[in-house]
Amino acid sequence: MSIHRTPLMDAEAVERAVARMAREVVERNGGVADLVLMGIHRRGTQIAARLADEIERAEGVDLPRGSIDITLYRDDLMAIGPRPVVGGTELPPDGIDDRTVVIVDDVQYTGRTVRAALNELMDWGRPARVLLCVLVDRGGRELPIQPDIVGRRVEVLDPEQSVEVRVPELDDRLGVDLVSTGPEAT
Amino acid sequence: MSETAPSLGKDLVGLESLGREELTAILDTAEPFKEISERRIKKVPVLRGKTIVNLFFEPSTRTRISFEFAEKRLSADTVNISSTGSSVTKGETLVDTARNLEAMRIDMVVMRHGASGAARFLADRIPSNVVNAGDGRHEHPTQGLLDILTIRDNLGTLEGVKVCIVGDVVHSRVARSNIYGLLTLGAEVAVCGPPTLVPGSFRELGVEVFQHVEDAIQWADVLNILRLQLERMEAGYVPSLREYNRIWGVSTERLEKAPHDLLILHPGPMNRGVEIDSDVADGEHSVILDQVTNGVAVRMAVLYLLAGGRPEKAEAAKKGGGPS
Repeated sequence: MSIHRTPLMDAEAVERAVARMAREVVERNGGVADLVLMGIHRRGTQIAARLADEIERAEGVDLPRGSIDITLYRDDLMAIGPRPVVGGTELPPDGIDDRTVVIVDDVQYTGRTVRAALNELMDWGRPARVLLCVLVDRGGRELPIQPDIVGRRVEVLDPEQSVEVRVPELDDRLGVDLVSTGPEAT
Repeated sequence: MSETAPSLGKDLVGLESLGREELTAILDTAEPFKEISERRIKKVPVLRGKTIVNLFFEPSTRTRISFEFAEKRLSADTVNISSTGSSVTKGETLVDTARNLEAMRIDMVVMRHGASGAARFLADRIPSNVVNAGDGRHEHPTQGLLDILTIRDNLGTLEGVKVCIVGDVVHSRVARSNIYGLLTLGAEVAVCGPPTLVPGSFRELGVEVFQHVEDAIQWADVLNILRLQLERMEAGYVPSLREYNRIWGVSTERLEKAPHDLLILHPGPMNRGVEIDSDVADGEHSVILDQVTNGVAVRMAVLYLLAGGRPEKAEAAKKGGGPS
């Protein structure tokens, strides 16, 4: 087995996409009032932080941030063998009641992660509105959940292929790769 | 894919057989579970559709309730069976009781039993996960874990921390679970109490033995004060409660002679004025109620980690994929 990486977005492309998404978030919300950004653990949290920085720079405000670890809400939790490590979930200091909550994830695929995140969010409170913002939408939905704001759409039909977002906080660089595993090339 | 925690296997019978990696995984998993109990909706769907039987052959209030909270907050369905008023008192054997429960399609058993080794015995005979909630003098692993978590929370580490267990060590499954877990995690452990209740043979486990509580207080960073079972006095292990308090009771006067402040633990229920004085129990270094709070989180962590410990589930996971 070998791993092939094809770059989809370099650092500049990600930064440009994030800058545009930040403007769209503010536009959709009609300003920054009651806005809360919640990243999905782990890389969604990094993208959410970049979005929040961008909005704060443009609007000159401090945005409440949080992060969601969806592990305990996964629909396949009892079907998988080894237990996933449970990450911490952090609510913004003033909660999410009556706020516009922007759920941020790195890649949207089946829609199951977002379903889990929505259920978890509803157990914490009652947001006025929830928006979904993803850096890459790779298609392949198994649930009727669509993003409101998208950085880049790429149709990846082969389930053996994956779209990987890399962030400097956790990886070597900022970027998005299409990763395929296949038999060793000779 | 997300990272995975090390497997605990099918059952949690004791801490003696667990390595540093497994123990640390349980403690680390307990941390995020604490937050769930602070939510408005104190429930996550982790064990939805699972049935857990709490099988208590010995009276227990705090452990049973703590397990029940943990189970309910993970969305499991629970059934409580206690020895009084069940067929247990009609002479049914342990295995027959368990097999009958299994015939009703259960997933986990949490058991308290008076016989040392009962948890292992049951775990080897039924396919359900078994969690030991105390078996005779053997072990009480979740109590050991919650004590250890409380120490780690308060001191930031377990490495090199000096913990002294005071009281009826010889009859105590809590003491054994604490000793095994703490030693594996790099703490130093001592035991202290009357020679009838703290035999020198405990040195074989790798722990220090103190005859005088004053010496223990000089040595330790943490005191874990065990409940003196009143029947021990009747059996002649200690002369009288007043005498026990005078010689081994932990009091403010004694603690003031320590070179630094000591963290005070007690697994409860307390005999105030016997093994622990009220002002110590309610004092600023007492973390007795933190232990109770941590107990629910630790038990949630154990149930969560065990629920994955079935090989056939791992096979199914290879076919399916995670969410994305």
